[in-house]
Amino acid sequence: MAETICRTLRDGSLEGEQSPALTIKDSLQSPLGSHVFDHFLSTLVSHISAGKSQASGLVLVAFDRSPSFYLDLFKTKGLDASLVDKSVRILDCYSDPLGWKDRLLHSTNAEESILKGSGTVFKNVRDVNKLLSSILDLGKGFTGEGKVRFAVAIDLVSIMLRHVSLPSVAGFLNNLRSNDQISCIFWLIHSDLHEPRASAALEYISTMVASLEPMMQSSDGQGTSGSLLWLEENSCKAKFHVRLKRCNGRVKLLYEELHTEQAGIRFEAASSVRTIVNQNLLPRVQFNLQLSDKERVDRARVVLPFEHQGNGEAIQIYDGRRSLSEGQKDPYLMQPSAFSHKMNTQTNNEKGEIHYIRDSDDERPDSDEDPDDDLDI
Amino acid sequence: MNPPSNLLDEALGLGHGGAMAPLPAGRVVLVEDCVETSGAFVLHHLLKRALSAGEGDGAVLFLALAQPFSHYDRILRKLGCNLSVQRSNNKLHFFDMLKLEFPGLTEGNDIEGGFVELYSKIQRAIEASRSKEYSRGCITIMIDDLSLLEIAACGSIDCVLDFLYYCISLTSELDCSLVILNHEDIYSSEEAPRLLSHLEYLADIVIKTEPLSTGLAADVHGQLTIFNKGTCNRHGHSMNKIHNFHFKVKENGVEYFYPGSQY
Repeated sequence: MAETICRTLRDGSLEGEQSPALTIKDSLQSPLGSHVFDHFLSTLVSHISAGKSQASGLVLVAFDRSPSFYLDLFKTKGLDASLVDKSVRILDCYSDPLGWKDRLLHSTNAEESILKGSGTVFKNVRDVNKLLSSILDLGKGFTGEGKVRFAVAIDLVSIMLRHVSLPSVAGFLNNLRSNDQISCIFWLIHSDLHEPRASAALEYISTMVASLEPMMQSSDGQGTSGSLLWLEENSCKAKFHVRLKRCNGRVKLLYEELHTEQAGIRFEAASSVRTIVNQNLLPRVQFNLQLSDKERVDRARVVLPFEHQGNGEAIQIYDGRRSLSEGQKDPYLMQPSAFSHKMNTQTNNEKGEIHYIRDSDDERPDSDEDPDDDLDI
Repeated sequence: MNPPSNLLDEALGLGHGGAMAPLPAGRVVLVEDCVETSGAFVLHHLLKRALSAGEGDGAVLFLALAQPFSHYDRILRKLGCNLSVQRSNNKLHFFDMLKLEFPGLTEGNDIEGGFVELYSKIQRAIEASRSKEYSRGCITIMIDDLSLLEIAACGSIDCVLDFLYYCISLTSELDCSLVILNHEDIYSSEEAPRLLSHLEYLADIVIKTEPLSTGLAADVHGQLTIFNKGTCNRHGHSMNKIHNFHFKVKENGVEYFYPGSQY
C-alpha cells in the first residue's frame, strides 16, 4: 500500500480533478511520521528525476528541518546531486521563519553573516498568501514538455498551524490542491499537537491519509519501567493505516506495518509481522501456547463424538437408557459371565468401549446432580 | 586522565573511550524533571562535559533563569571545573536572567522584541567565538530552565517556541547543540501539555528524571529514563534507544547504576 501511495503521487492529477493530496499524521506515541515523510519524498524525487512522474519538479517547503538535511537525505538515498538540483526547489521556512535574523542583520549592519542559506529563505511564515505565491513562483522554474506540473511537499503543517489559524492553513492547502499547475501534494502533521478538528480538517482536504499508530498501547500511562518495552517497540515500529478516497467517494482502508531500519523504513504486510511480534513478546514458558503445523493437522483429523452423525448413519441420542443400539440387550440385565465374554470379543476387535452400569433406576438419565461435588455445574 | 565513562554518557552516546567530549553538534537535549527529583545534576554534568572538552574546543552559552552564577560556580567547582576561569577565558558566556527580564528589553518593546534581542545576543556570541581561529569545537546552548523563560514571556508559549526554533536553527547552521531543562509536572493534563509535546518532538534526546515508583530509598535518589532518538545523518537513520537506570547524587559527582546492581 505504501507503493499505492507512491504510485498515486507519481501519476499525479487527472485533468479536471483536484490533485491527489496525502496527509501523513503521527503522534508522540508513535513518532515515526518524519521517517515516512522522508520515504515518500525521496521516492517521489527519484521518480521525478527519472522522468517517470507527471510532475517535472518538486517544491519542498521545509519548516521542520534544514534544507541541508534534505540534501543529505537525497544523497544517502543515492540520488544524483545534479538531478536533484534540477528537480527540487527548497523553500526554506526553517532558517528564519519570522525574519529575526534579517532584522538582526539590518540592525547591526554586520559585515556578512556566517549563516549560509541554501534554497530560498522565506522570512514571514505568517503571511500565507505570500507563501502560496512563493511556492508557485518556485514551481515556475521547472521546465518540461507540454503542460508543466510540479509536486509540493510540506514537511510539517503543525508549525504552520502554530503561526496561522486553521482556516487559513486549510485555505492555503486547498488553493494549492486546486491549482492546475500542481501534480500532487503531501504533508506531515503531528496530530497530538492540535485539537482533533485540525487534523480532521486536513484529512477532508486530502485524498489519502496515512496515519501512524502505536503497535502497543501501554495499558495505563503509569510506571515508566513497565511501559519501557512498549516505548522501545513503538519507537521502531508502527501500524501504518491508510485511507484512500476515490473520486466517486469510495473509501478503502488498508493496513500495513512499518519497521525502521538502518537504511530507512520498510513496510510489511500485517499478518506476517503479527506472529513475529507475538513470538518476541510472549514470555518464554515451559509449555506451548501455540500449535505447530503438524499438531494443527492432527487436531483437524480428530473426529469428535457424534460428529459422524448426519453422514447417513442412524442418529443416536444418548438418553441414559437406550445407550446401546437396538437388538442388544441392556448390559444391566446381562449376566456377569456373558458380560465378560462380550468384553473379550471386543478386545479382540481392538476397539475401546466404555461400559456404564447404572446403579439403580432412581438415578435420572440426565441428572444434573453432582454426587461427588467435583463438577462445576 | 580519562575518567571512566558512566551510564549517562553511554546513553547519550558519548561514552566512547571515556574522553571528555561535548555533545555532538546538532543535537537537542531535553531534560524533564519533576518536583520530587530535580534534573539539575544532568545539566551540571553536561555543562562540565562541554567545558572540559580540551583547550580551545567548545564553548557554552548559559541562559540562567533559575540560579545565580555563584551557585553554578560552587557546584561545578566540586565537580572539578572552575566556571570563573572559564568565564574569563570566554569559554562560558553566562546570561544572567535571574530577574526574569530580557537583557535588552526597553520600554515599548514587546515580548517578541525581547526574544529577538536575546536571540541576537546568542547569535552574536556564537559568531564571535566561531570567528576566532582556535575555536572549532561544538558550542552548547543551555537553558535553565524553560518554565521560567515562559514566565518571562508572560506565558506566551508561542514566543518561547519561536525562540527555541531559532536556537535550533543555529544547531544545524553553526554546529551548536541545545540543552533545555524543563519541568514535567507544571502543566495541567486538560490543557494538553502542548509545550511539552512540542519539546519532545523537537528533542533528539529526552532525559527524564523521576522518583522511584516504590517510594523513597536511602541509596537511590531516583531513576533516569533516556530516550535517544538516534541521528538521521548521512549514514542513514540510526536506531532509537531507550535506557533506564538509577542514580544517586553525591557531593562531588553522581553515581549511575542499573536497578539492583549496587551492593
